[in-house]
Amino acid sequence: MTPSALRYRIITFALLTVAAVYFLVPVYWLVVSATKSSGDLFGSFGFWFANPRPVEYLTDVLTYDRGIYVRWFANSLLYAGVGALAATLLSAAAGYALAKFPFPGREAIFNVILAGVLIPGTALALPLYFLFSGFGMSNTYWSVLIPSVVSPFGVYLCRIYAAAAVPDSLLEAARIDGAGEGRIFAGLGLRLMTPALVTVFLFQFVHIWNNYFLPLVMLSDSGLYPIQLGLTSWTGYADRQPELYQYTVGGAFLSVLPLMILMTVLQRYWRTGLTEGSVKA
Amino acid sequence: MRRPTRTEARNARAAAGFLLPFLALFLLCFITPIVYAVWQSLHKTERTGPLGLGGAEREVFAGFANYAQALADDRFLSGFGRVLLFGAVQIPLMIILATVLALLLESASARWVTFFRSAFFLPYGVPGVIASILWGFLYVPGISPLVKMADAVGWQVDFLSRDAVLWSIANIVTWQFTGYNMLVLIAQLKAVPQELYEAARIDGANARQVALHIKIPLIRPALVLTCVFSIIGTLQLFAEPMVLRPLASSIDSGYTPNLHAYSEAFVGNNQHLAAAEAVLLALVACVLSFGFLRLVGQRGKGDGR
Repeated sequence: MTPSALRYRIITFALLTVAAVYFLVPVYWLVVSATKSSGDLFGSFGFWFANPRPVEYLTDVLTYDRGIYVRWFANSLLYAGVGALAATLLSAAAGYALAKFPFPGREAIFNVILAGVLIPGTALALPLYFLFSGFGMSNTYWSVLIPSVVSPFGVYLCRIYAAAAVPDSLLEAARIDGAGEGRIFAGLGLRLMTPALVTVFLFQFVHIWNNYFLPLVMLSDSGLYPIQLGLTSWTGYADRQPELYQYTVGGAFLSVLPLMILMTVLQRYWRTGLTEGSVKA
Repeated sequence: MRRPTRTEARNARAAAGFLLPFLALFLLCFITPIVYAVWQSLHKTERTGPLGLGGAEREVFAGFANYAQALADDRFLSGFGRVLLFGAVQIPLMIILATVLALLLESASARWVTFFRSAFFLPYGVPGVIASILWGFLYVPGISPLVKMADAVGWQVDFLSRDAVLWSIANIVTWQFTGYNMLVLIAQLKAVPQELYEAARIDGANARQVALHIKIPLIRPALVLTCVFSIIGTLQLFAEPMVLRPLASSIDSGYTPNLHAYSEAFVGNNQHLAAAEAVLLALVACVLSFGFLRLVGQRGKGDGR
């Protein structure tokens, strides 16, 4: 190796390490703090362990207030899981239709959907709340689920992916064999679009899981809360009940685990999806 | 006018079947709320009782009164000014950091690429609320190990002071989204044919020259995309100031436009004003996004690319 190549390698490694420290320190703090009692949370040095009893403290989180945390977790899974699944199917059908069926007004419809990507979600959430409460539908599971299944970005991704990955000749062959359009979509279209569908599902899952504003305006019954909303309701009482600080930290720790595992395992799908989204934009 | 052929009619029928479920919900969750917000923003509630007290409520047309009231509200305007200042500083910093990290990871000198990439991307999986709770603990004196360490070397820091808190929020947003933007840029870098780099290297370009003169111009579409999404995201700033509010006295209910609209709707009980503010927020987001797209689009044409 030439000296200059070695120098580049050392500088690169040093810079990447500094960045990694920045991105990992809060996560490291969370892991350490989840093993501490309320007293140690305030009284001991944050970046090191003090009387770690993780199992006991995390059990406290799960059982506090008749297991409300478990309920919030299940709610989050319901909103994100069901919402992302429905969003994926709706986007797939819409994107497939926009890619594979030339009809008058197609580009106009596509452009209106694309404009939806540029509307800030929180600007929509307030009017959505007024609308849903007018129907008497606010403060229900539906009030969070229904808006979560509409993903203009998903339609966009599905359209460009379907245009590239579903050959017209294959569709024609299936039609000549007498298959109906619904069966062709379910049997051929969905199968050929699978990589894009995984991406749309992941994006939408993370989007719904991380969404705070919509559930905040829609829900008033804490039994319907997703985790984020539940945890902020705990921090609101922590002044009077200091053990809630500890539960908030433990609850935050437990809540980030599933998404981090999901993202690490499925990282390569993220990157395929991102290429589709950016290169052709 | 010619009649549609059988194929065209069949196409339109099939397309409608696939599109309608999405379009119906798009109408319900995007178009209707926008129309309803505009309608609400142009109306106000009036009471029929004497002196405007008691009696039945009814909606009357108010013209642009709600907009005038929103735009005359110093706190609402200063909230806008604050997020614009925030975006003007935070977005370039974040995009530059994401670009540098993407170029470093994609350079030939990088080792442990998978580990570093995952480490940088990890915060994207932490919701804004959780990230704010986390960093909140790292900002508060008395708990924060960062403040303690700074104290130990004789450096007085107050992350939550009036002047610092906006940049403490900027740090949370940067921490969360740099890795995501980096991944978008890496995806575009990977789509560039490798021969291009080879050719440049054979011509004697060093790593820095290849990065500046070949890679960065080629990832322009991805840079534009990440900037537009960051602009939209910045205007929606809500969870971070909301969570840090109990910790920092300088964050009031009008700290960001979104926070202001939220408190008008739920604390002030003024839906019509909140609707006007939501419409203004969406308008500013669209104007800034389209403006940015046009700006970079024209420059792209101007320099012959």
